[in-house]
Amino acid sequence: MPRLLKRAAKPALFLLCLVPLGKLVFDGLTGRLEAEVIKDITHRTGFWGITLITLTLAVTPLRRVTGWNGVQSYRRMLGLFGFFYITLHFLIYLVLDQFFAWHEIVKDIAKRPYITLGFTGFVLMIPLALTSTASSVKRLGRKWVTLHSLIYVTALAGVVHFVWSQKADILVPTRYGVALMVLLALRLVPRSRLSAWSSFLWRSSAARSRRPLAPSSSSPVPELARPTASSAESSS
Amino acid sequence: MLIRRPPDIKSSEITPAELYFNRRRFLAAMGFAAAGVALPRLGVALPARSGDDEPTSYEAITHYNNFYEFGTGKEDPAANAHTLRPRPWTVEIAGEVARPARYDLDDLLRPMRVEERVYRHRCVEAWSMVIPWMGFPLADLINRVQPTSRARYVEFTTLFDPEQMPGQRRGVLPWPYVEGLRMDEAMHPLTIIATGLYGRPLPNQNGAPLHVVIPWKYGFKGAKSIVRIRFMERQPANTWNVVAPNEYGFYANVNPEVDHPRWSQARERRIGDFFRRPTLMFNGYADQVASLYAGMDLRRNY
Repeated sequence: MPRLLKRAAKPALFLLCLVPLGKLVFDGLTGRLEAEVIKDITHRTGFWGITLITLTLAVTPLRRVTGWNGVQSYRRMLGLFGFFYITLHFLIYLVLDQFFAWHEIVKDIAKRPYITLGFTGFVLMIPLALTSTASSVKRLGRKWVTLHSLIYVTALAGVVHFVWSQKADILVPTRYGVALMVLLALRLVPRSRLSAWSSFLWRSSAARSRRPLAPSSSSPVPELARPTASSAESSS
Repeated sequence: MLIRRPPDIKSSEITPAELYFNRRRFLAAMGFAAAGVALPRLGVALPARSGDDEPTSYEAITHYNNFYEFGTGKEDPAANAHTLRPRPWTVEIAGEVARPARYDLDDLLRPMRVEERVYRHRCVEAWSMVIPWMGFPLADLINRVQPTSRARYVEFTTLFDPEQMPGQRRGVLPWPYVEGLRMDEAMHPLTIIATGLYGRPLPNQNGAPLHVVIPWKYGFKGAKSIVRIRFMERQPANTWNVVAPNEYGFYANVNPEVDHPRWSQARERRIGDFFRRPTLMFNGYADQVASLYAGMDLRRNY
């Protein structure tokens, strides 16, 4: 990727992740939200939260299958934006929907399985968000990877929460469930097989385009074929 | 005949107009970012119950609908219902009646005296509206078609035509939509067949041309775009009960004490309001209808 494009990619992704929030505010200010405003913004933030969590989980399989290592550097931002939208989702429920009716909220969380699950998923994300800094990754080392595998629990809880919150039409939540299953299943494929596949893709596409894909790299072997050095990069 | 609404809202519960309008301005001004900071203060200034039973806006009534025949989104019916042709329309009167027959809708409606009825509408999803319906008592229609002594229930069937109702191309619910009432519920003077709202003909997304309205029951009991009214000896099936029997019963009377398995029914949000308000037993029509259910266990017959 040309250097300029590479530099612009992160800010661009940042802005892209803010588009759903921007649209929500715009729709709110121009009266385009549904008549039950609070329900509408609850659903929208929940939807974008689960979408970004799913995209976060797509990063590693994408890297393994395509051998595009650069994608890894966008994972943290996707994950944090997922957390951001789920936090909004939760705060809207807490403040706007229930208006601090603690009794009702505690009853909801204890009694209603879909709220129990959603709440669990949200709470499990908090330590992940707190340890998302580079220094935490360094400090926790191997433990960081273990801790961050909690995202699987969050994603599963989130998808089931999404399905159970529907009255009858579960088409969209089911699609998210299937996507999640595929992303999790891809992690079970032996890494060597994926690597072989990706180097095959790599080589054939390189042959087609007749230009080297790793311009500055001295190594003729794609990065992925070698074991990765950093523990944080290697899993989840 | 003009049915006066019962004096169920005490004047003490009505928010002073000044406060009420300030609230609207305050909410509009506060924006989303400030919500978390501004709200605790707001809570002190405003009573939890605004107390007004002012009709909900025409815009909201016609653009916030559950009518899965036109899609499962709340705004789908408004966007898709233009394909429905409410005229010419035929209604079949079937089952335990003196003369089962198919009627042209206009013949059926001609003798009916249409009047305005402002009713609270409570959805099973815990939101509510106040809707100025135009309609006539279902009892007037039933008396004309003379059910036999064996008729103990009435069943309503919605049109099934995926051409006119694109939502029916997906099997979200078993089509056609069916609902039913016990005969005494159907004959109750509060039960009406709505043919309009806000003094205008019923919009397609609100169930044109015929929509049965039972104001003390959850909204899903009110079948829309009715093509058949059948009198039966046995209790008819009703669609949501067939789909999820543990969540939706046959009676579906509004009851703040019996929760939906997935959410509380104790409070509701009136469309346009900010705070939830307490849900009233039988949607506030207990004085008129509670006697219908005397001796019944409403927890079991939800």
